[in-house]
Amino acid sequence: MIAELGLAALWLAAALAGLQLVAGGLGLTTRGAVLGEAVRPVAVVQGLLALIAFACLIYVFAVTDLSVKLVALNSHSMKPLVFKIAGAWGNHEGSMLLWVTVMGLGGAFVALVEKRLPERTMLATLAGQAFVSLGFYAFLLIASNPFERLSPVPMEGNGLNPLLQDLGLAFHPPTLYLGYVGLSIAFSFAIGALVTREVGPAFAKAMRPWVLGAWIFLTVGITAGSYWAYYELGWGGWWFWDPVENASLMPWLAATALLHSCGVLAARNALRAWTIMLGVVAFSMSMIGTFLVRSGILTSVHAFAVDPQRGTFILALLAIYIGGALTLFGLRASTVTEGERFALVSREGALVFNNVMLSAILGIVLFGTLYPLVAEAMGAKVSVGPPYFNPMGALFAVPMLVVLMVGPLLRWRQDKFARIGKGLVIPAMLVAAMALGLVVVGGVALLPFLGLALAVGLAFASLLPLRGRNLRRTPLPIWGMVVAHFGIAVALFGMSSESAFSIEKLVAVRVGEVAQVGPWGVKLDAVEPVAGPNWTAMEARLLVRYGVGGKVLRVLPQSRSFWAPPQQTSESALLTRWNGQFYAVLGGEAPKAEGGDRWQLRLWWKPFAPLIWIGGLMIAFGGFLSLIGRVMADLRRIIAKDKIAWRRERQGR
Amino acid sequence: MSDTEHALNGTKRNLRWALWLPLVLFVGFVALVMVGLYRPADRNVASALVGKPMPQFDLPAALPGRPGLDSKVLANGKPHLVNIFASWCIPCRVEAPQLGALAKAGVPIEGISVRDTTENLHAFLDANGDPFQRIGADDDGKVQLALGSSGVPETYVVDGKGTIVYQHIGEIRPEHLGLLLEKLKEAQR
Repeated sequence: MIAELGLAALWLAAALAGLQLVAGGLGLTTRGAVLGEAVRPVAVVQGLLALIAFACLIYVFAVTDLSVKLVALNSHSMKPLVFKIAGAWGNHEGSMLLWVTVMGLGGAFVALVEKRLPERTMLATLAGQAFVSLGFYAFLLIASNPFERLSPVPMEGNGLNPLLQDLGLAFHPPTLYLGYVGLSIAFSFAIGALVTREVGPAFAKAMRPWVLGAWIFLTVGITAGSYWAYYELGWGGWWFWDPVENASLMPWLAATALLHSCGVLAARNALRAWTIMLGVVAFSMSMIGTFLVRSGILTSVHAFAVDPQRGTFILALLAIYIGGALTLFGLRASTVTEGERFALVSREGALVFNNVMLSAILGIVLFGTLYPLVAEAMGAKVSVGPPYFNPMGALFAVPMLVVLMVGPLLRWRQDKFARIGKGLVIPAMLVAAMALGLVVVGGVALLPFLGLALAVGLAFASLLPLRGRNLRRTPLPIWGMVVAHFGIAVALFGMSSESAFSIEKLVAVRVGEVAQVGPWGVKLDAVEPVAGPNWTAMEARLLVRYGVGGKVLRVLPQSRSFWAPPQQTSESALLTRWNGQFYAVLGGEAPKAEGGDRWQLRLWWKPFAPLIWIGGLMIAFGGFLSLIGRVMADLRRIIAKDKIAWRRERQGR
Repeated sequence: MSDTEHALNGTKRNLRWALWLPLVLFVGFVALVMVGLYRPADRNVASALVGKPMPQFDLPAALPGRPGLDSKVLANGKPHLVNIFASWCIPCRVEAPQLGALAKAGVPIEGISVRDTTENLHAFLDANGDPFQRIGADDDGKVQLALGSSGVPETYVVDGKGTIVYQHIGEIRPEHLGLLLEKLKEAQR
């Protein structure tokens, strides 16, 4: 019953999205203006219905209703409840349903709270949102119905990919999805603005919180995903330039650029066409990324459903939405480009530079992700990895980081370097001191060298906008910027340190033997079998000690075997100290030929590695502060307006 | 306006064509992935074990009164199919009729049942037919891992000397029967 209820809600939601599109479109014309009234309530109900459908899916997963095909294929009665629930979106159909649910709720939220946009732009925006949703509803209802029944009902389900049986990953996709789909709102705003030609500071101010919100989720999602890959895959790395990872990075790069150009548009009424363009590109990157990893067109270590037929369907959606939006852009953009002028050396100038660099990096990542496809079309199989992405990305990231030290100190419209020069003496000295120190240490490769040196300079420079301010009265968005930029320095330091100073060791030891990795002494104390709810594992007990006088600590890496479906995973063991992280993975039993009863251990010492993710979270937290600040300012403005209106009314009497 | 002031924004008339550039790039992208989607790609993952001898194993009987599976049986001079399956695996039900057809055609099929119980296995074979000559019980999935198999079902064509000739990942569908028979014929030579 519940599955049918969910399907009915989905059909109804799709029908309402159709209504929303028609009413919104006609509402823009003079004769159909009255229809415009219906758009907001319809958008709200559409969002709620999508939510009901998603709730139904969670329910059938929670109770393991095996008569639903999707549950039978992806779940198992023996799974812990939290992973049963996560199973609802840990698959193709479920994640698409999550996608339309978030889109529907986003539209509903816009309909409820957005008061700043001109009414006509608002109608066009909600119609655009409905148009995009419709395609995804069609996709679900025609090509991948999540509520399809199965007959006969199997006795047991097929399980969930054991790699996904991890709390981090269970909640990582919804976070990213909130980001991807949040960008759909920016996309709809851009379309709405192109239709009505109303692009200006008011539009940018209305769009900015949505971009900011989506960007925060993306940042958290990417950070969490990176940490997940780091400890769960047991490879000891934190970024692999895998197509799935790139799929999340590309919209983030576009959204970061959009966030900054939105700021220019809001403050100075410049970069109009460019901001609209980024609004279209950011969501396009979300869709293209999703398409690339779901269509099976690129192979990836992350096992996703591979299905060329579905790929064709999503490609058609892409062609309609992105192609349509870019055509509209080509037709209309020239009518919205007039804006304020500014000098090269100015806040705007620095932000334009940042935008160009981010776009260049985006282009590099996109090209690298697609290149295997180009090569395959020409008959060669290649994979593109760090040797391409790292130096090419750095080529543009390094100048951007340098400008990042200066940009926030510049004034709008026009400025002189001489004015801010003094403030930069200390950061420059820090960079020089760090560089000198690294030369003395020696053996650090160019990229980590640049990263470490720039990180210390940026950490200091990012605090400079606070200089001379009353810290209590400093607006939250300024704090947000400072925290986010400081977070970049922190993350950069972590990344560079990890790549410059990591020590890795692969050893085969008997129980009782000691291995040394960097400052750590590692003793294999025992290897014993342990049982979990739906897996069994060999667990190694390692007694580890930092340096000579350190306390002896215990870590327990596991090699797990899941039986539904059968698969082996490595549970790495981590030990975090203030100056880095110890990382251990238990491999298999070493081959008998090499003496027997030895166990393979892979051990790492990664100085300052946790800063990578701490920095990522700081960046997101900076965005959060900005968002709070802006929303509070909006609320205050609305309240003040109401007060004035109220006073006038009273005086009128 | 000072001399240093530049018009960084504001598109000049002769730059209008640039507004169409994103669309052009996107059309290129669509064309590229169309080629990728419609070209019959080589999606078969070749197992590292193809062309190598079957790993040595000796599995106990999965059902009482029936023989278990010893890898030596696979080197008795005749080609075999080795099917990895489980009662809890849905695609295994889908492929059961095809296995039945192969058995009827005289192909010796050996089963490796992964992480199963006797009762469930009985129920599965009663419902879906029993094409197997022998069924070994791989209770901890060790043999499955040794075979480099990542899931169920999987099917191996093994020649008379015990060498793996072909690996079929996923369920055997009716359209795969021809290919499997051909591989078996090749294995006979």
